[in-house]
Amino acid sequence: MIKAPERSGAFFFPPAWASALRMELIVENLSCARGGVIVLEGVSFRLAAGRALVLRGPNGAGKTTLLRTIAGLQHAAGGTISLPPDTIAYAAHADGLKPTLTVAENLTFWARIYGRGIGDTLDRMNLAGLADRPAMNLSAGQKRRLGLARLLVAGRPVWLLDEPTVSLDTEAVALFASVTRDHLAAGGMALIATHIDLGLETEVLDLSAFRARPRIAGGFDEAFA
Amino acid sequence: MIALLLRDLRLAVRAGGGFGLGLAFFLLVAVLVPLGIGPEPSLLARIAPGILWVGALLACLLSLDRIFALDREDGSLDLLATSPIPMEGVVAVKALAHWLVTGLPLALAAPGLAVMLQLPGGHGWLAISLALGTPALSMIGTFGAALTVGLKRGGLLLSLLVLPLYVPTLIFGAEVARRGAMGMELGTPLALLAAITGGTLALLPFAAALAVRINLR
Repeated sequence: MIKAPERSGAFFFPPAWASALRMELIVENLSCARGGVIVLEGVSFRLAAGRALVLRGPNGAGKTTLLRTIAGLQHAAGGTISLPPDTIAYAAHADGLKPTLTVAENLTFWARIYGRGIGDTLDRMNLAGLADRPAMNLSAGQKRRLGLARLLVAGRPVWLLDEPTVSLDTEAVALFASVTRDHLAAGGMALIATHIDLGLETEVLDLSAFRARPRIAGGFDEAFA
Repeated sequence: MIALLLRDLRLAVRAGGGFGLGLAFFLLVAVLVPLGIGPEPSLLARIAPGILWVGALLACLLSLDRIFALDREDGSLDLLATSPIPMEGVVAVKALAHWLVTGLPLALAAPGLAVMLQLPGGHGWLAISLALGTPALSMIGTFGAALTVGLKRGGLLLSLLVLPLYVPTLIFGAEVARRGAMGMELGTPLALLAAITGGTLALLPFAAALAVRINLR
């Protein structure tokens, strides 16, 4: 049952997505470098609207590097990514919260950066009761939930999630899974690096298959690439 | 971008934000100098413009390393880099916020301190020279902060990078203040000071944005 679009209407389904709905994230033959050393090469996958893909691989396999490359924070050492960075909302390990601002102020700031309002996001992430509390007084899990709430106010179709469930309790993991399910049902996409089963219908991509032999990237000058 | 400016200003005035730190430092310099040099009015009057300008320079320097370091630590900088705001805009807003929190209060407080330092006249020109010169100090400092954003404890390196770049602003700023105090013609240094600020504001946001992007990789 697709209920998300009806529930929050225009907020959840911004017009900018109209084209995104027919979008597909196609990554072809992508090589990623970290600190001037190629760590992944030949990464290829397709992610259709409404689908999620889970990245697996041991520590250091390059999950974060791949996500940062797709988000546009690092240059690809080779290969192509079909969607531009402005369709992508990236959630890193750090949540980008200011300890002296309240929960509502933090979220409103990010919403305004994306030119949007916060709507009922605090309710959806079960944070409404904490709205006026400074972020420094939140627990690690509450901070994480606030960090993930940023994805909802960003209003972008592709979510890149780097270990989104770290420090979340089981209830919050379930909440996050349902929010992600709503996002997918509304035509979004998610690329998730996680070790936890979110209970979503996802494909799995094991990055160890694309691991590059450690070598210095050819002609790749870290400072000016 | 207005949201970013308001957030930075709000952070500055909240606990631990550092608002007033530069101003307090500036006041202390102006108070300590007569204690060190002695209370001779003619000597104080002669060195007052220079003292106030050097004090303003050092006060600006104090809070530079916070411009990007805090955003880098809590991940905001990565998220801003992937947001719809161009990095050039982020950098320019950060410099503006730094100026509003540091440079502008200095310019407003300077005439009062000039009276304390026995400056005979030209208090208005002193304030104008600071108001015109401190935006360049903030912008150059933001550029330095962008260059050192990836470094832990890059504060000292930042000072070494930035202080030489402050020299032209200091020379012409202090010259405007000195000539103002002596009632001399000051059009030329004033125009040069404005030119330095204008050029800095036009060019350095792009350089600083590039430096941030490189450091985020």
